[in-house]
Amino acid sequence: METLASLGDGFAIALTWQNLGLALLGCFLGTIMGALPGLGPSNGVAILIPLAFTLGLGATPSLILLTSVYYGAMYGGRISSILLNIPGDEPAMMTCLDGYPMARKGLAGEALSLSGIASFVGAFFATWGLILLAPQLVKIALLFGPAEYFALFALAFMTLGGVSSTNQAKSAFAAALGLGLATIGVDTQTGVPRFTFGEVHLYDGLDFLVAIVGLFALSEVFIFLETRHGGAEADGKKMEIGRLYPPMSMVKQCTPTMLRTSVLGFLAGVLPGAGASLGSFISYSMEKRLVDKEGTFGKGDPRGVAAPEAGNNAAAGGALVPMLALGVPGSGTTAVLLAVLLALNITPGPLLFTQNPDVVWGLIAALFIANFMLLAMNIPMVGIFTRVLMIPSRVLMPIVAMVSFVGIYGISGSSFDLLVMIGFGVMGWLLRKFDVPLVPIILGTLLGNSMENNLRRAITIDNGNWLTLFDSPLALTLWAIAIIGFILPLVVGRKVKASMHEKRDQPGSTAD
Amino acid sequence: MSDRIFGLFGVLLAIGFALSALTIEESFLSDAVGPKAFPIIIAVILGISSAVIALRPDPEPAWPPLARLVEIGAAVVVMILYAEFLPEAGFVIATAFAAGYLAWRLGSRPLEAVATGIGTSVGIYVIFHLVLGLSLARGPWGF
Repeated sequence: METLASLGDGFAIALTWQNLGLALLGCFLGTIMGALPGLGPSNGVAILIPLAFTLGLGATPSLILLTSVYYGAMYGGRISSILLNIPGDEPAMMTCLDGYPMARKGLAGEALSLSGIASFVGAFFATWGLILLAPQLVKIALLFGPAEYFALFALAFMTLGGVSSTNQAKSAFAAALGLGLATIGVDTQTGVPRFTFGEVHLYDGLDFLVAIVGLFALSEVFIFLETRHGGAEADGKKMEIGRLYPPMSMVKQCTPTMLRTSVLGFLAGVLPGAGASLGSFISYSMEKRLVDKEGTFGKGDPRGVAAPEAGNNAAAGGALVPMLALGVPGSGTTAVLLAVLLALNITPGPLLFTQNPDVVWGLIAALFIANFMLLAMNIPMVGIFTRVLMIPSRVLMPIVAMVSFVGIYGISGSSFDLLVMIGFGVMGWLLRKFDVPLVPIILGTLLGNSMENNLRRAITIDNGNWLTLFDSPLALTLWAIAIIGFILPLVVGRKVKASMHEKRDQPGSTAD
Repeated sequence: MSDRIFGLFGVLLAIGFALSALTIEESFLSDAVGPKAFPIIIAVILGISSAVIALRPDPEPAWPPLARLVEIGAAVVVMILYAEFLPEAGFVIATAFAAGYLAWRLGSRPLEAVATGIGTSVGIYVIFHLVLGLSLARGPWGF
């Protein structure tokens, strides 16, 4: 009952004209960004963060805008998967497998609307899951002391590479690089400058927003320059949408699939190191095992479209659970959302639910509202978004670059930050060539300071005894999960990645 | 081979990071751990992971031909110039040049690139400055 009352308060916060407008704008922009190949949920949110700040939006409105973009991108990714056989973002990869064959059979409209419904079902149940699970997780998190928090951060870094990671050394490199970048600046506990080399601009530390926009958005521009891929994705291909509503029998046939994969996707999202890509992958594989008796999966089976879409949208909601309840994101985009919270001086974690209930419940209510808006946008108005695919990237990419510059300049007004951002852009491009994941770098710069503070607090409390880190059963459990999560990909990673990328290979460094 | 060089570079970075961590001045008011310990732990992880990358390299990444690398280098130079000249030339002029250059290099015809540059610049100015009230760099002409 208490939960429902809080949710009611949340709706009271979310239902203002400003917040509804922001949710609508976020859903619209998010769907576009998801649909355009090359711009995924993490880049999309990254580009828009500086804007939310420079517009002077408060915490709740900014979060509403950016999570609407996040949910929207999850919806949008399927559009180009189905119509062009090119995933709009990494989680939409599995939708290609049955979506494109359906479109070739002349069922493009049915595939789009069915996947829209599946996305809605997945996101809807995941939001309920978030409401029910997050407060329980908060209760556990309240038992955490500094040593447990340090173990939790270590767990987040060690599992972030994900089960599909093929080279754990590169994930560890990325995490250490991010944590190292976070130590630049004046030490918060003793006040001595570290790694500043006398440069005054560095005393405050590197602004993580600058790092995020550089690594995600600018590096994408460099990738496009490298391949000189300037044309539109939809060049010269005919896109017949046909009817916009799926027949009832098709929806009925897919209903059990959607419900099962929503649960599975949500769980995949909550677990550390999985994220939406894995959610859609295991949803598709499970449904294929369960219901594919005639061998129609991969040849345009509607259930093969519904399964990954429900799965990835549910995982997107699930990934918000650890981010809000523990302050430790489990995926790339939620790491970017964490940056928003930190920049607004809000520390996510158990105290968020007691200190800023308006932010949490306003956000959750906004997720429901955004989900209905997205359903409305994505079924009757899907035609608008298919036209977006006609914009050639030689026009789009300069706009992306310039909006990134404007956003960062708007925050600080300094050319120095722009230069740092360009540096991060080049670094991001290089690291992507080397297949080094970028998400641990971001997470390192975000969490580095609080990880170090927890370490030092834990040891200072225990009079300099380093073994205090492994003292409590809770901490030991966290360490055990962390170590298993780090070793498991060494055993199964190559296999999982190979079957995920069987269909087509995409640079996965900004994967979610 | 690329991974071996990358790993070696990582090891050097880790050593540099550790050495520079050792020179951090201790404050007289310090906690039990001090400001050096955490950076040194990070340097160790950085060093070990780089060594593993160097010893067990992945397959060679697909490097672009030299011409493409020059292309990226040129774009970086243009962006740096953009960052430096933004406060002097003002937002609209600087952005039109930078966006036009990028559009041209991504394969637009010259006229199209000029249109993209001016369109992007004026579009951002109208939406972000005139409508949303964001303060952009003001040049000698006030825009």
